Amino acid sequence: MTSFLDYAPAPESTAILALKPSYGLFINGEFVDGHGDGFTTISPSTEKRIADIASANSADVDLAVAAARRAHDRTWSKLSGADRGKYLFRIARLVQERARELAVAESLDNGKPIREARDVDVPLVAAWFFYYAGWADKLDYAGLGTNPRSLGVAAQVIPWNFPLLMLAWKIAPALAAGNTVVIKPAETTPLTALIFAEILQQADLPAGVVNIITGAGETGELLVNHPDVDKVAFTGSTAVGKAIARSTAGSGKKITLELGGKAANIVFDDAPIDQAIEGIVNGIFFNQGHVCCAGSRLLVQENIHDDVVERLKARLSTLRLGDPLDKNTDIGAINSREQLDRIRDLSDIGESEGADRWTADCAIPENGFWFAPTIFTNVSTSHRIARDEVFGPVLSVLTFRTPAEAVAKANNTPYGLSAGIWSSNGSRILAVADRLRAGVIWANTFNQFDPASPFGGYKESGYGREGGRHGLAAYLSEAAPAARQAVTSKGATK
Amino acid sequence: MTITRAPIELAPAERAVRLIGGDLTEKSLRLHLEGLPGIDAVGLEQRAASLGTRSIKTTSKAWALDRIISLIDLTTLEGADSPGKVRSLVAKAITPDAGDPSTPRVAAVCVYGDMVPYAVDALGGLHGDPDAGGISVAAVATAFPSGRASLAVKLADTADAIAAGADEIDMVIDRGAYLSGRYGLVFDQIVAVKEACRRADGTSAHLKVILETGELTTYDNVRRASWLAILAGADFIKTSTGKVAPAATLPVTLLMLGVVRDWHRLTGERIGVKPAGGIRTSKDAIKYLVTVAETVGEEWLTPHLFRFGASSLLNDVLLQRQKLTTGHYSGPDYVTMD
Amino acid sequence: MTHLTIPKTYKLYVGGKFPRSESGRVYEVTTAKGAFLANAAKASRKDARDAVVAARAAQSGWAGATGYNRGQVLYRVAEVLEGRRAQFIDEIVASEGVSTAAATAQVNEAIDTWVWYAGWADKYVQVAGNGNGVSGPYFNLSTPEPTGVVAIIAPRESSLLGLASVIGPAVATGNTVVVIASERAPLSAISLAEVLATSDVPGGVVNVLTGSAAEIAPWLASHADVNGLDLAGAGDLGSDSAGTGSAGTGSASTGSASTGESTWVDLQIAAAETLKRVLPPVSGIPSRSIDRMLAFTETKTVWHTKAMI
Repeated sequence: MTSFLDYAPAPESTAILALKPSYGLFINGEFVDGHGDGFTTISPSTEKRIADIASANSADVDLAVAAARRAHDRTWSKLSGADRGKYLFRIARLVQERARELAVAESLDNGKPIREARDVDVPLVAAWFFYYAGWADKLDYAGLGTNPRSLGVAAQVIPWNFPLLMLAWKIAPALAAGNTVVIKPAETTPLTALIFAEILQQADLPAGVVNIITGAGETGELLVNHPDVDKVAFTGSTAVGKAIARSTAGSGKKITLELGGKAANIVFDDAPIDQAIEGIVNGIFFNQGHVCCAGSRLLVQENIHDDVVERLKARLSTLRLGDPLDKNTDIGAINSREQLDRIRDLSDIGESEGADRWTADCAIPENGFWFAPTIFTNVSTSHRIARDEVFGPVLSVLTFRTPAEAVAKANNTPYGLSAGIWSSNGSRILAVADRLRAGVIWANTFNQFDPASPFGGYKESGYGREGGRHGLAAYLSEAAPAARQAVTSKGATK
Repeated sequence: MTITRAPIELAPAERAVRLIGGDLTEKSLRLHLEGLPGIDAVGLEQRAASLGTRSIKTTSKAWALDRIISLIDLTTLEGADSPGKVRSLVAKAITPDAGDPSTPRVAAVCVYGDMVPYAVDALGGLHGDPDAGGISVAAVATAFPSGRASLAVKLADTADAIAAGADEIDMVIDRGAYLSGRYGLVFDQIVAVKEACRRADGTSAHLKVILETGELTTYDNVRRASWLAILAGADFIKTSTGKVAPAATLPVTLLMLGVVRDWHRLTGERIGVKPAGGIRTSKDAIKYLVTVAETVGEEWLTPHLFRFGASSLLNDVLLQRQKLTTGHYSGPDYVTMD
Repeated sequence: MTHLTIPKTYKLYVGGKFPRSESGRVYEVTTAKGAFLANAAKASRKDARDAVVAARAAQSGWAGATGYNRGQVLYRVAEVLEGRRAQFIDEIVASEGVSTAAATAQVNEAIDTWVWYAGWADKYVQVAGNGNGVSGPYFNLSTPEPTGVVAIIAPRESSLLGLASVIGPAVATGNTVVVIASERAPLSAISLAEVLATSDVPGGVVNVLTGSAAEIAPWLASHADVNGLDLAGAGDLGSDSAGTGSAGTGSASTGSASTGESTWVDLQIAAAETLKRVLPPVSGIPSRSIDRMLAFTETKTVWHTKAMI
């Protein structure tokens, strides 16, 4: 054996999957044909076809929304909260039962390492359904007074980076609050959503409560702009988020948007240094950097810059890039050729802007979409790689001298999703946290998610929160509003 | 009345002098140790857990099992130890699996100082450097496990073991002194024991310094004590006596490997690490190998830089080895108890 | 000899001062029956721009004050309002054409609304924020924070009450505001500004522009340094028939064909460019609600590791 560190292959088998050659749309409790131009989903690590996927056209979207409306008005809103909760508990249990299958499918379709799908994604999916199941009959405590009402039909569009987890984030609170759902998975990662549809059938969820319609951007646009939709929840790019905010203006629909980020990971000179290195690595290289809240800017105190960069590079040399289905893989495939091109382009820009580029020494497989972890040092705030979201395994390293400068640099961005703070001084951590304009702040840790913890951004990272009580409230409205008497010109009340 | 306290001067251990400077006092040592970066326990434990998820299969597993055996300090440290017990231990150390001559030998046997003569005798011609295929004799000393005795007694304990033929001394630090802040005392004791490891012919027994991490409790203490031990001259830093719970854990070992890695970056010197106590299964031991390889590099997976302090671990590894060879699960009847 | 009155000049309120419009323009404010009341400053887009600058400059200080402190300041505003109630009643009777009884009721309600929001300043965090019991060794806390600078189109009717109902909730949580007062009945807005100026409210926390919402609002809606947009009184902007606004529900449209003015939907679309948080129009006066306060807050969730060793 050449080297212990070249661990022998430890592949997770795909035999557990019972994939169909093609999938239809899941509307009103059944799989039906789609009438748009169907497409194929591939494995980004091998570029091999996995299955044919249907696409929903305008008529299909109408059908799905109508099914959701019927289900809401006739069935779902008439169930007790306790019963809604029971359905959600069933779904949570089924996810746990089929956890391995879901993890393998996610890894295959998305390109992320099986270890992450298995240890992070799928357990969080189950947790999300468990958490919101318990809320379903306790809506009086959601913060909107007693007897809050569901909003009605929710149109939900989710991204490709955490396909099943984003689906859970959307569906669980919506259903707990009494809404019904039409959800569109991302074009490149429909697989786990379609297996999830089978789980809904196993849970005997009433038809039409959840409808899953696959398709591309156009399907999503039709869905969010559909006149019979009461709520829109979107996770994706800031550009599309703005388009949705524009196209739904004046419609009265409630909107939540989870968009991009360029988070600062701030490392002070009194940080627990080894754990900070882990946090930096986790922050930007977990999920190949395809994370809206990724710590893509390292703001390191200037007096420890060289030490930190040296330790980072040493640590990156033990990251393993390769077959996502190998249990020892740390860095999987980039989700699509388009995304890979974007990452490459921005990295080239980084070089031409004058930053110093360093890439981990990884053997790149011949087929598939891959990008080795990359660090840019000597990055200035004016560089594009300090401002633009790369959405890939690329870290930009900037320095600061004082806490105030760290805060100013961290906040100097139109984004505001997340931030990390590393220090052993609790006082300073809390004071810096106070001043950071970010919706999620991690102190001496990073990329922690929990269904009880609200997640969402400031500024152009979007608005609204998912998770926790706040995430539930986003799917509710107050009971009949207190009529406010306006004083008229004649002095009589209306 | 003036209240002055003369700075407590420390024994001029070579590494400490080199790193901290000429005026080596307890104060300067303390300032240095307290200037070391802190540890976040949550992050440390998460990293250790993550290293534990590596999947080591087939050829890697076979290699790992053999390597584990060759890194074991096969140990008996009971009040009831007798010459017969020690002879039995040595026989097992030499031939762990009588049914499979391809099984490697362990690195060392670890016994109480007064049992050393019996171990040396039983090893005979195989007594020697494990890097060269021999088996060395490690003796616990310095009033193991508590360390509660005068320095004179501790040094006598050490000297006896050396005289009887021990190649390695596993000493304990004075935890009471450490926890009450008397770093200088802890330091000087290690220096003195290191000195006592020197033989008349100029060679030295290797010194392993047991920190007793279960009593030091916090990770910050473990980090500082590790540095202190290295500065004072340790060849190995060792987690535990095995008599106090928790003994060795993956996070604490990861932490100590981090210290050793940093020391190497700083000075080029390589210090060894020995987790001891509580490692009973091959599965656990493999996690330690992974942790070593991914923290300091696999060059550390060699007897002069890494040891497992263990007794029942060996049999579990043999059972796993047998499964790899035969293809079916084995049972306790197929490994010897002693 | 009867006393000859000294008519008040009604100027803008920006940065704690009372400047005229930089454009030099004014417009006639009349009674309900059409008699001349005053020339009010007609704010330009540059005035709006300056107001945003003033609001931004004041925001971190205002947000950095304790909730208790903000509550006290706001309560003082109510005290001063109370002391000047006669002036406000007179102004309302004159400009809105209502009876003294109705004007008195409005002033009472406005003061009470102001007090209501003052009382929330140091409490809303407890209602909207909470600890989160996550499944791991972390201290996890969510708290609401002010969004920043909020542009508000005040309700067209019941000028004083309308203003109290939109300014109170926005500033209680630490936002600073740029308010476009009711075009038809702006005088209460400026008198309110006088109250603010004499009540410990730091300059720039509330900025009041009088003039045409149709002209100014688009500049605020698209302004990248404005974080929130309250379209409370924007319901019939750009619509062909003024006075029958369509507020809040799906039948709104963009870009009035006849007037060429932006409707409130156009404003919301412009606001989307910088993802401002937007409240849609309401008919009449917005009710007091926690929702209105929380609409211009951001929930910040902080995780901190917890370990003994």
